[in-house]
Amino acid sequence: MPASVLNTLQLHRTVRLGEPMIKTQDLRKIFKIGKKQKETLVAVDGLNLQIAEGEVFGFLGPNGAGKTTTVRMLTSLIRLSSGSAEINGLKVGVDDTEIRRNVGILTESPGLYERLTAEQNLRIFAELYGIPEPEKAINKYLSMLDLWDRRMDAAGTYSKGMRQKLAVARAILHEPKVLFLDEPTTGLDPEAAKTVRDFIDELKHQGRTIFMCTHNLDEAERHCDRVGIFKQRLLALDKPSALREQLFGRKVVFHLANATSEMCAAVQALPEVKTLEKIENKLLLSLDEPEKMNPVITRVLVDEGADILFIGEIKQSLERVYLEMIRSEDSSQTKKINQSVERNRV
Amino acid sequence: MKNIRTIIKKEWAEVFKRRVVVLIMLLVPLLFTLIPLVMLGVMSNTSVGGDVSPEMLAQSGSLPGDMEAVCAGLSGNDCMQVMMVIQFLLMFMMMPLLLPITIAAYSIVGEKTTRSLEPLLATPITTLELLVGKCLAAVIPAVGATWASFALFNIGLILVKVSPGVRAYILGPTWLLGILVLGPILAIIAVNFALYVSSRVSDPRMAEQVSGVLIFPFMGVILAQLAGVITINIKFMLLSIVVCALIAVGMFYLGTIIFDRENILTKWK
Repeated sequence: MPASVLNTLQLHRTVRLGEPMIKTQDLRKIFKIGKKQKETLVAVDGLNLQIAEGEVFGFLGPNGAGKTTTVRMLTSLIRLSSGSAEINGLKVGVDDTEIRRNVGILTESPGLYERLTAEQNLRIFAELYGIPEPEKAINKYLSMLDLWDRRMDAAGTYSKGMRQKLAVARAILHEPKVLFLDEPTTGLDPEAAKTVRDFIDELKHQGRTIFMCTHNLDEAERHCDRVGIFKQRLLALDKPSALREQLFGRKVVFHLANATSEMCAAVQALPEVKTLEKIENKLLLSLDEPEKMNPVITRVLVDEGADILFIGEIKQSLERVYLEMIRSEDSSQTKKINQSVERNRV
Repeated sequence: MKNIRTIIKKEWAEVFKRRVVVLIMLLVPLLFTLIPLVMLGVMSNTSVGGDVSPEMLAQSGSLPGDMEAVCAGLSGNDCMQVMMVIQFLLMFMMMPLLLPITIAAYSIVGEKTTRSLEPLLATPITTLELLVGKCLAAVIPAVGATWASFALFNIGLILVKVSPGVRAYILGPTWLLGILVLGPILAIIAVNFALYVSSRVSDPRMAEQVSGVLIFPFMGVILAQLAGVITINIKFMLLSIVVCALIAVGMFYLGTIIFDRENILTKWK
């Protein structure tokens, strides 16, 4: 990917849905590792984010990218090494107890008390969050997540999907303004995943701010207002559709009855056409503004004697955007390492 | 306080569903109560040392250390019973060391293995509340079981017709201090030690076994007492309370450092 494109992506355009609910500035986390704790590992390197109230934000990145570490910092579970973060105006590292009261977290692993019933599991958290009417809240979420009939069974007897649903209920029980979901549907069967997804939709409609770490790019695309692609640092941040456009441009396909080289030449002569690829009777064009250019191109093709069967836009999947970003980051890291090795040699 | 209560309730609901914990909590106090009762019952109904005064026993070298002073006013048989019961009373004091280790090992390492600590730490509970809750959840049943079995033991002494002199010695200030004050302090030491061990191991049984090393210093006290190097009297008990209280405070402080949220989440594997 050209450096200019990457730079453009790193401009981090903000979708303004409301006041920032989550704000980070130069957020860094460095772990001391090794037996003598002398080596360091940079898990999060200068994260700048502003997530608006009511926004659903997808945090994408490979394993070990630092997503969980970021969530743990934002939920006041671990300290920040440097930089700052605020949740709903509360400062991480200062107002930690208040932050924990205001956020809900679905951890990577459900982490239930397996010998206790679903009801007992939720009751403990209802008490710890100081919910005024615990019974009402417990019953509400057990019903909403289809766990009512099994509420008196030990959580250890639950299927993976049911455990995840119970963990979701636990995270939302105290009606937090901000919800952190770490891989909410990983490992679930399609039915359970759908229940969780529908529930996320429901939460979105309630106007809650959701910070969702996920590998599931379809899920991110479906739910998220914006996504951030992250690997120790933020590689890109925007709406899924905008990321696609910035990275790949917009592609339009013209299905013709009889594509000829003259037709191709005539279309390619238009300055707005960035690239043209001919695949059998199809012309694949890269355009900045298809809405403006499609009628022009149609006229040119018709003038050249083309019979146009169909015109459509090709959408690149978010998965492709993600993979491009991660690969590009990996190769730039390798390049940096090679340069550093080279310098050391000199 | 409310959060501490919730943690205790949760711990008990979970831990006491494990058969092994319930079995240990019932069997150990029962054994520690019945064995000395049977032995004292047998001794009370025989004439071991009956015609010999404690002074004569001391002259013959049968009384270790300051036992002569302890046995002052008692018959030879009573003195022999006191000598024997001291070993069992020391065992009683070992109970608050042994029992909470079992609970703590399951409650803390268990949370590690089921990964339930992270959601718990994400609630508004403070680290101190969590630590105190977990500590009390292990200490209360252990101390309760010790006190209950000590009470049962004292009732049993009447039933097996142990002489009033021996019963008065057992219910004297030395052992009351030992059971009522030193016992809970020892339990706190044991739980904090189990907590420290828990941060290094990932299997509850291993935590239990490693924490078991705490018994060795205690065994040392029993052996030293048997060899006549030390005498368990009120002075010794008060000194032990002070020393153990200091150790407990130190270990509690160490426990709060180990129980730091970041340490638990990132280093407890």
